[in-house]
Amino acid sequence: MTAVLFQQVSRHFGAVRAVDSVDLAIAEGEFFAMLGPSGSGKTTCLRLMAGFEQPTGGHIEIFGETAEGVPPYRRNVNTVFQDYALFPHLSILENVAYGLMVKGVGKAERLKAAEEALAMVKLPGYGARRPGQLSGGQRQRVALARALVNRPRVLLLDEPLGALDLKLREQMQEELKSLQKSLGITFVFVTHDQGEALSMADRIAVFSDGKIQQLGTPEEVYKRPQTRFVADFVGSSNVLPPDFVEQLGFGKHYASLRPEAIGLGDGPGRKPFSGRVTAASFLGAANRVTVETNGARIAAMLPASVAVPAQGDMVTLSFLPQDLHTMDGAQ
Amino acid sequence: MSIVTDTSILAGRTGPSGRLSDFFWRNPRILLLLMLTPPLLWLGVIYLGSLFALLLQSFFSIDDFSGLINYEFTLATYKQLLIPSNFDIILRTVLMAALVTLASAVIAFPIAYYAARYAKGKWKVIFYLGVMLPLWSSYLVKIYAWKLILAKEGILTWFLAKLNLLWLLEAWLSLPVVGGSSLSISYTGTFIVFIYVWMPFMILPIQASLERVPGNLIEASADLGGNPAQTFRFVLFPLALPGIIAGSIFTFSLTLGDYIIPQIIGSSRLFIGQAVYAQQGTAGNIPLAAAFTVVPIVIMGLYLWMAKRQGAFDAL
Repeated sequence: MTAVLFQQVSRHFGAVRAVDSVDLAIAEGEFFAMLGPSGSGKTTCLRLMAGFEQPTGGHIEIFGETAEGVPPYRRNVNTVFQDYALFPHLSILENVAYGLMVKGVGKAERLKAAEEALAMVKLPGYGARRPGQLSGGQRQRVALARALVNRPRVLLLDEPLGALDLKLREQMQEELKSLQKSLGITFVFVTHDQGEALSMADRIAVFSDGKIQQLGTPEEVYKRPQTRFVADFVGSSNVLPPDFVEQLGFGKHYASLRPEAIGLGDGPGRKPFSGRVTAASFLGAANRVTVETNGARIAAMLPASVAVPAQGDMVTLSFLPQDLHTMDGAQ
Repeated sequence: MSIVTDTSILAGRTGPSGRLSDFFWRNPRILLLLMLTPPLLWLGVIYLGSLFALLLQSFFSIDDFSGLINYEFTLATYKQLLIPSNFDIILRTVLMAALVTLASAVIAFPIAYYAARYAKGKWKVIFYLGVMLPLWSSYLVKIYAWKLILAKEGILTWFLAKLNLLWLLEAWLSLPVVGGSSLSISYTGTFIVFIYVWMPFMILPIQASLERVPGNLIEASADLGGNPAQTFRFVLFPLALPGIIAGSIFTFSLTLGDYIIPQIIGSSRLFIGQAVYAQQGTAGNIPLAAAFTVVPIVIMGLYLWMAKRQGAFDAL
């Protein structure tokens, strides 16, 4: 069953086309990521699903029901806000129980459900505190519990991990993923962090300028970017200019080549090219080497075990032909 | 050449002002003390001192025959507050202040809400001008203007007559207590003018408190299933409550203490402010005037204590 369906949906603010003729279908139980830079329309899409925005054109369905004109409080959809939006005047338990309270669930029952939700996000016994007394990571979990206690059919997450530090973010990514699996709820996740989208989502929609540039599994989006924007934004692929691609023997197209697909030296079945090293930096597990060749700048990710060539050296690099993907649109 | 070599990393400052700012930089508390001393002296000695002197006066009594103050501590003056004619004044004033406060809050909230959530740019400027403009003109001028508006031959009567609604005004004026022979000499008139004059003091604190409510809390409430009425009751109102309380402190205490509005507009029955004015002036009964003045202070203290117990300041 389709959880969320967008048909030619647009949301214009005056002359600004925040969302421009977007088509998308999110399946029930899917972990769907909307990835893009700020101002790309991904958050507006999320707000259209939540009901905070109304489309200026097109049609939205949530579980087969028309969503236009339906206010947020009549949608069985809940949101985890970017800065959590916890009610400062209520205790943590009251925050989590809020959705049940406004729906008229009895006090004992809703507080019990809220306790359980807090236990689920590993914050048992925190109910009596106020939002101001919790750390960012804890508030994030409360926001999650407050949404999930309502048993939404779709959970919308607006950059929920954006304010957390790296370690906590990685931990929360895993927790969110396993939580989604165990609950079976459709998650729609907005992020500008490509690593987050790739590691968590079943499918990714890459947004730019209010449009979906590419929609596919993380592997498809990562390995076979269809546009230069996607190649550049998702994991900073090398975008090779048509002339260079033609020299390599692939026809006159733009093409993408991932830095980690490039190795030092030549080998059987590999495509070699040579260039001059312009920069090399140590990244821990790997060395990032930038090479200039025939007017193209190509970054290569070399394993740390390989000796780093010095700046100014001429080196031979190679890659397997199947790792190079030509892009149809020369945008 | 020498100028260049003279600029060292730790440039020494010379001169008394340089040494003084270095001294304050090392001892910031002394600077703070210097800045706070004058206002603290003002507040401590002049304001609190006179308040204390007033409080002291209220425990003295007046000799009925000689009219001289008897400097012995007694509660007799306070007992006088309880005789029916004086107690009526207190009751009347408190009731008026409570009604004015309630009505002001109800009228001010939508205006403040609009200003805080919707007004942008030019409209915000117009809002501030509209709210503040009445404060720029003289208090007395405004009240006399209202006397003319509310008078029997005034513009309001004329306007209602044009609308064929005179019967409504007459019906209202024929009511006991709130009525009278015209609006300008009825409690209704006093009430209207109080609301008008104190309105900015209610709007601005509510607007400030609503301004601090993040928009995403309203969205979060709707997202969790709260309809607009529930969002108002459970989120917006509790978060605006400190502002409403602040505004109500203004309107309530200003109404409790005012003696000009009821003097010019309203029936001839006294309010606390008028009683204080009469007692300390023509009657020369300073202790009774002081005792009357203590009443609003005690009421405000009680009001704040109750507001705090109700959790009105939890969101501060």
